[in-house]
Amino acid sequence: MIPAAFEYYRPTSMEGVLALLQEHGDEARVLAGGHSLIPMMKLRMADVPHLIDLQGIAGLSGITIDGGTIRIGTMTTQHDIIGDAALTAAAPIMAEAALQIADPQVRYMGTVGGNVANGDPGNDMPGLMQCLDAHFHLIGPEGERTVAARDFYDSAYMTAREDDEVLTAITFAVPVGGHAYEKQKRKIGDYATAAAAVQISKEGGKVAAASIAMTNLSDTPVWSEAAGAALVGTDCGADAIKAAVAAMLADIDPTEDNRGPVAFKRHVAGIVLGRAIARAWSRA
Amino acid sequence: MKDEVTREDRVAGLKGLGCSRKRVEDARFTQGKGNYVDDIKLPGMLHGDFVRSPYAHARIKSINIDAAMALPGVTAVLTAKDLEPLGLHWMPTLAGDKQMVLADGKVLFQGQEVAFVVAADRYIAADAVELVEVEYEELEVIVNPFKSLQSDVVLREDLIAPDGSIPNGAHGPRKHPNHIFTWEAGELEATNQVIDNAEVVAEAEMYYHRTHPCPLETCGSVASMDKVNGKLTLWGTFQAPHVVRTVASLLSGIEEHNIRVVSPDIGGGFGNKVGVYPGYVCSIVASIVTGVPVKWVEDRMENLMSTAFARDYWMKGKISATKEGKITGLHCHVTADHGAFDACADPTKFPAGFMNICTGSYDIPVAYLGVDGVYTNKAPGGVSYRCSFRVTEAVYFIERMIEVLAIELNMDPAELRSINFIKKEQFPYTAALGWEYDSGDYQTAWDKALLAVDYKGLRAEQAERVAAFKRGETRKIMGIGLSFFTEIVGAGPVKNCDILGMGMFDSCEIRIHPTGSATARLGTISQGQGHATTFAQILASEIGLPADSITIEEGDTDTAPYGLGTYGSRSTPVAGAAAAMAGRKIRAKAQMIAAYLLEVHDDDVEFDVDRFAVKGAPERFKTMKEIAYASYHQAIPGLEPGLEAVSYYDPPNMTYPFGAYVCVMDIDVDTGVPEIRRFYALDDCGTRINPMVIEGQIHGGLTEALAVALGQEIAYDDIGNVKTGTLMDFFLPTAWEVPNYETDFTVTPSPHHPIGAKGVGESPHVGGVPCFSNAVQDAFRPFGNRHTNMPHDHWRIWQTAANLGMHD
Amino acid sequence: MSNKMHVKLNVNGTDHEFLAEPRELLIYALREKLNITGPHVGCETSHCGACTVTLNGKSVKSCTMFVAQANGAEITTIEGLGSPDALHVLQENFKEHHGLQCGFCTPGMITRAAKLLEENPNPTEEEVRFGIAGNICRCTGYQNIVKSILSAASELNSAKEAAQ
Repeated sequence: MIPAAFEYYRPTSMEGVLALLQEHGDEARVLAGGHSLIPMMKLRMADVPHLIDLQGIAGLSGITIDGGTIRIGTMTTQHDIIGDAALTAAAPIMAEAALQIADPQVRYMGTVGGNVANGDPGNDMPGLMQCLDAHFHLIGPEGERTVAARDFYDSAYMTAREDDEVLTAITFAVPVGGHAYEKQKRKIGDYATAAAAVQISKEGGKVAAASIAMTNLSDTPVWSEAAGAALVGTDCGADAIKAAVAAMLADIDPTEDNRGPVAFKRHVAGIVLGRAIARAWSRA
Repeated sequence: MKDEVTREDRVAGLKGLGCSRKRVEDARFTQGKGNYVDDIKLPGMLHGDFVRSPYAHARIKSINIDAAMALPGVTAVLTAKDLEPLGLHWMPTLAGDKQMVLADGKVLFQGQEVAFVVAADRYIAADAVELVEVEYEELEVIVNPFKSLQSDVVLREDLIAPDGSIPNGAHGPRKHPNHIFTWEAGELEATNQVIDNAEVVAEAEMYYHRTHPCPLETCGSVASMDKVNGKLTLWGTFQAPHVVRTVASLLSGIEEHNIRVVSPDIGGGFGNKVGVYPGYVCSIVASIVTGVPVKWVEDRMENLMSTAFARDYWMKGKISATKEGKITGLHCHVTADHGAFDACADPTKFPAGFMNICTGSYDIPVAYLGVDGVYTNKAPGGVSYRCSFRVTEAVYFIERMIEVLAIELNMDPAELRSINFIKKEQFPYTAALGWEYDSGDYQTAWDKALLAVDYKGLRAEQAERVAAFKRGETRKIMGIGLSFFTEIVGAGPVKNCDILGMGMFDSCEIRIHPTGSATARLGTISQGQGHATTFAQILASEIGLPADSITIEEGDTDTAPYGLGTYGSRSTPVAGAAAAMAGRKIRAKAQMIAAYLLEVHDDDVEFDVDRFAVKGAPERFKTMKEIAYASYHQAIPGLEPGLEAVSYYDPPNMTYPFGAYVCVMDIDVDTGVPEIRRFYALDDCGTRINPMVIEGQIHGGLTEALAVALGQEIAYDDIGNVKTGTLMDFFLPTAWEVPNYETDFTVTPSPHHPIGAKGVGESPHVGGVPCFSNAVQDAFRPFGNRHTNMPHDHWRIWQTAANLGMHD
Repeated sequence: MSNKMHVKLNVNGTDHEFLAEPRELLIYALREKLNITGPHVGCETSHCGACTVTLNGKSVKSCTMFVAQANGAEITTIEGLGSPDALHVLQENFKEHHGLQCGFCTPGMITRAAKLLEENPNPTEEEVRFGIAGNICRCTGYQNIVKSILSAASELNSAKEAAQ
């Protein structure tokens, strides 16, 4: 498994990155941790004549919590997320999810930016970002712009990011209420058979708000507005969970693969989601 | 001072049999100083890489190598046309078939070797592979052996006579162009008669899926043809280096004394490294052609797609019994998918290996086994993945048949086993399908295992859980997996067992050095089993020198005596026996030397731990160390100087290790996720050489069993694409998925082995697979399950629950 | 083929400079250019961990890193963890508890375990199992590996207490 040859760049400024992207168009790709892109290049399924490594650019990693908003730099690794006590206090779902991604070595290298920007339906962060209603900060030749995570994914590997744009950070409001990230996989290092990200807030014993997204059950992450709505105003009992699951099942579209046939995936999606809701509610 | 050393101290000082001696291999491995084939770097060495077929069945219309040859750094691109004049475009397989080295006219499986690129480094080689243009014409693909036997599509045109008739194969008549052999054991008519008239009959059809040994190190070789001296050296991942040397000589015409085959450290084998692969042949040819060393190391996808798979047995069984549960007969038919070439690594007379051990640990009066081997468009192989030849399949078959019969009889499966065990006093026992079991005490082992796990308590807990499930109080069910296995290992008596005509003896050569240390060389090769540690222990007890003073060498055909290698748990039963016998030859000469030195008659001295002492006067003795020195440096009338011995050991019989395993498993019926709560393994491998190493072997074999039972498979789609080509999809469990195991033992020595040892490396895999599978299936038994096929991955477990209406 | 670049690595305390194509994988650069053959190639898709090294304080799989990315890095491999005269406590414990068989995964496993104990000096069995889940062993079934790591941790902790 040897990749095709490429030119390597390690610019030290974002201007440098953008200039290279402009020059080489779709022949260029930016590289963060590389754990999605490099295996694809080694299998010669991704052809990248110009590879732009972002590690030389200062300020792309780091986590800040300011005025109710969490900002995570694109080069922040899963390992950084797990180890950040302030983030875990403010948004515990982040570490809970990150611990279920790949394995220790991959989490040292794998970045939030790479995980969300690649558009791989198997990645966990996109669904989580949709659950948290995060916004993605992009920079390109036209300047900066922000895209909602819920609007970012078009289809597998196809996103709202243009070829000449770079994702610099994600931001989201400090979540309120209880959380859960529930994932079924065959083994450590596998993608999800089904995974669910759930945030629920509670007022007077009832669900005040709920946000629910699932992973690897469609060619994009699936944030189901209807699933969340099915919980609001209820006591999150069995009937409410059943309604939320039914709403989600209407929105997912899994395909058969080595993890199993569609009927199995739909069933497991429902079970995983039900458990995630129950756990999030118990923490709300 | 001397007197203060007790006999116990002297025994302990040897670190001989029974001692949990720390491994001598570990110093280099823990410091990153192992020497594996890919660590070999020779001056001027080139790298080889394969162009492989993307199709499972296609005719090759043309191969254009011009663009590849034009790439700077590319030295050669070999195709079948280049090999044909040398007679090397096809090679013999270990099963008596022949296999294309490079595709000759057509390809027969996805990943088949089409061209071999030789370049300055691995990067250029990989680029050149992309530049070789191959034009294919796709042909109809057959991935199912039953369809293959019905199909008009001829897979192996080379095996059809010009008049369209089907010549005999290596194992007799063939009944269809895609048929390889029929092999039978036992009595068909008598078996049918018993079953037809039986009080109770249970039937099952089971598929033992295709999987792969997948050692962490892939296969590879480095060939170096020294044209000045006419010597070929071949380093590689060979479980049987001498066999490779003989095959290389027969293929290349180079005389055997001019070929040196070396197995350096091997990063796990598990059967994957027994066969001879096109990569080895191509590296040799490329080195001969280029005159410089050539390295070939496959990548993981190539390993999973093209080098030897295991299993792929479709088994159909009938078992009959009395109403009381006494088994009266067993019928088994196997349709064996061998892929595109018959490259099974089985002894010549046993094209289905020792599948005829499938009567298991039970006294079954009459039985029949029939096996049909079939070609399909899948990779060749059929090796014994961590087991003796096809023994995993046999034990899985009988241990499932027992469970199905227990269901039919509405009987506890533990009790059914007890009723039918071969009894201690029946050994040596000749089974209905021909083997003579050397020794065993099954009931004692079984009772010990059931007591250790509180079997009755577990069944009571399971009954409560079933009731709770039915009341809707839990969605987790509980399974108790049982297995009792008898292995047949240590091939083998040369009268029965050969590979390509090479008898399956093994060997040991010992050279005692004057100052009382020793070097011993054997025909086997460790792939992690720790031979350098344990063979020295056998010798220490035999020759009375400390194991720490004995170096064990294996794997270099220039120095090691000829042997058939390491697989099928044969190292301890065969080479271990050779070591003991060679040690006894040393001791016999040492006795004469000691008698001379002590000035008594030969018969008046006796061996005692580390010395020969005068009978009745133990204070008068000569240590083995003193004897060693004298053997070289003192003139002893009537004796040649020196102290050396060689033994070639042809075992009189196989050995038959056995064991009793219990697995307790909880299963979430909604997600299909199993959790292993407990695993208890009792093994009886006869005399125990190194308990620490035995325990390590058991842990490892059980983990490979867990993998195979719960998810590990080589899966193909309908057009022959491999769906499980990377470690994302090919299940190798991590530390997170694996439980802690409890190990236990009984000791029933082999009566014919010099030290009573039977072999152990493969037992846990052989016994483990049915145990894990039975745990899953036992959990569903109260809900109506009879048999479901492995691998029991999440979705298939879920499917079982769904089929039984447990999601309603 | 692309142009070769000038690469600097500090491996086990020694500076190395060499020319390499950017696409060369770190594992092959270590093994073939620098003759550091302790880390191995097992799966090539970042699943098995046989190629694990410590790079700038992180456990990484060197089969999934281009040498260009590693340019300028400080790297520790198994060869840098101990010496024949002074084995690392993990090396001692792997020997003591039969934590290896064929040895192919061992360099990556020990290198990973060393980093794990650095970050979590007193791990539970569960934390050890989770912490080495990026390293596959085909021989041992992990039980003795876990035992070796836990024993090394307790030895390190005793030594620390004694020093205080």
